[in-house]
Amino acid sequence: MAQNTDVATAAAAPRKAKKSQKPSGTSGMSRALVRRETISAYCFLLPSLVFFVGFVVVPMFICLFYSFLDYGLGGVAGFAGLDNYIQLFQDEVFHKGFMNTLLIVVVAVPTVTAFSLWVGSAIYKMHTIPRSFFRCVFYLPVVTGSVAVTVVWKWILHPYNGLLNQIAGTTGFDWLGNASTAIWFIILILFTTSIGQPIVLYVAALGNVDTSIIEAAQVDGATKLQVFWKIKWPAIMSTTLYVLVITTINSFQCFALIQLLTRGGPLNSTMTIMYQVYDTAYRLQDFGYANAIGVILAIIIAIFSAIQFKLAKTDN
Amino acid sequence: MNKHMDLTGTSPGYRVFSAIVLILLALFFIFPLYWIITGSFKDVIEINARQPVWFPQSPTLDNYVRLFEHPALRWLFNIVFISGAAMILTCLTASLAGYALAKKRFIGRSVLFTIIICAMALPKQVIVIPLLQEMTYLHMNDTLWAVILPTVGWPFGVFLMKQFAETIPTEILEAARVDGSGELNTFVKVVFPMIKPGVGALAIFTFVNAWNDYFLQLVMLGSDDKLTLPVGIANLQGEMSSDFGLIMAGAALAAIPIVAVFIIFQKYFTQGIAMGAVKG
Repeated sequence: MAQNTDVATAAAAPRKAKKSQKPSGTSGMSRALVRRETISAYCFLLPSLVFFVGFVVVPMFICLFYSFLDYGLGGVAGFAGLDNYIQLFQDEVFHKGFMNTLLIVVVAVPTVTAFSLWVGSAIYKMHTIPRSFFRCVFYLPVVTGSVAVTVVWKWILHPYNGLLNQIAGTTGFDWLGNASTAIWFIILILFTTSIGQPIVLYVAALGNVDTSIIEAAQVDGATKLQVFWKIKWPAIMSTTLYVLVITTINSFQCFALIQLLTRGGPLNSTMTIMYQVYDTAYRLQDFGYANAIGVILAIIIAIFSAIQFKLAKTDN
Repeated sequence: MNKHMDLTGTSPGYRVFSAIVLILLALFFIFPLYWIITGSFKDVIEINARQPVWFPQSPTLDNYVRLFEHPALRWLFNIVFISGAAMILTCLTASLAGYALAKKRFIGRSVLFTIIICAMALPKQVIVIPLLQEMTYLHMNDTLWAVILPTVGWPFGVFLMKQFAETIPTEILEAARVDGSGELNTFVKVVFPMIKPGVGALAIFTFVNAWNDYFLQLVMLGSDDKLTLPVGIANLQGEMSSDFGLIMAGAALAAIPIVAVFIIFQKYFTQGIAMGAVKG
């Protein structure tokens, strides 16, 4: 996250320098200018900030505050200190949810990234119509909506009426009711609803790679793989980073799938941190604890994003 | 000849292979939507058949008739209203804010930008309990606004519009200022026309995302006439879990409008998203 601010300030620096070089810009005037700019900037920002502060930032701090309270069905029963957080470490369900979330992220993120890069590479040189067609098709599950996609999969995976068992000849097998298969179907469906945006991004990024460098390298006898790793891969690095981050966030947030297909079961085999927040708040009505899990989830996502930024930076 | 092949791309064998794989995958990705639509026209016998029925043999509207015994049109109106209002408000506020973040040098700019980036990584689900209480306090609990307002607050739009506004040459803004153009006038006459493609992309993106934000709708809305189509279908699925014909009719009603919107505006959407992110 910190890198982004660096980029922002670095981008701002040359412009500032340019401004001060102008003959009309004395130091006294530039201070007045800064004040003027600040006032007008906040006027432009105000409508957006009302919503952002009111419905994102404020609830964020309330959430942090609640996580230190003993706050259940009967209202706030007192200050709990770190009790909610200590409870997390002893909570079997949380352990299970943590491991499942990790499994989903570790499997889904590299698969989605590699697969969308492959599809992007395969279609970016096509003519407009087939390219738009494929891009659209892979985006279809995203647009169709998580609920519609989930209910149709529920039908496909149904033990008796479901298409999968009819084709595979495994009538009666309950894929979602089995603790060892359920999570893999969650990951598969998550995968189909995750690759649309990365493909759009990769098609655009690959289309922007300078073809003259590639041609020059090929004339010099570079192989396909060399062209890819030495020229294309570095050129699309910022896209890959963005894809990694959004896919990670998406995987952490996968909710409709779990709520509609398995409700975290069987035997917590599809319980995730995300679903536990919901379950703890709405079924168990333990708001203090739910908020503590939420805070931990936010911290885990922040750590993952930071690691990805770091890795991408050292790669460059 | 061989050299020439290398220059134009990949070997023919690989091309055929990748074309076949792509087409098979495309079929796999289209299939859920196909199964929803055909399923919504199947009768009870075909829905519960023990053999796959690839296409409804005797198409029936019975599933839709039963769907409209529930307030499905009301749910459709609600989701259109939520998505439309969120779209308009987000585009207005985000284009103003994105321009300020990109083009104004002001005190607190980098701090604000950092907070926006961090908030984008925060799952909405984390803040939903305080959000729900806030809505109760504002007497907006169980109204469509309880879904709209947090959607507008989500900072992705500001981030995207900032990326777009950064492409505006500073010289043009300086020139407008020298000509005595006021701040708002500059925005309307100079800035907005230049970031229009971005606003278009953001509009579609917000509309589609608001339509599909099942979690927020589920938590914020309760009474039957306030539900949205996705939540309504999810409830139907919970109540009558094996009536797949009815559920597919609901899924089709929820999916077809949004897929149509996407296909019609596909060009702006993909261009805008790609432009915004590539520069980021």
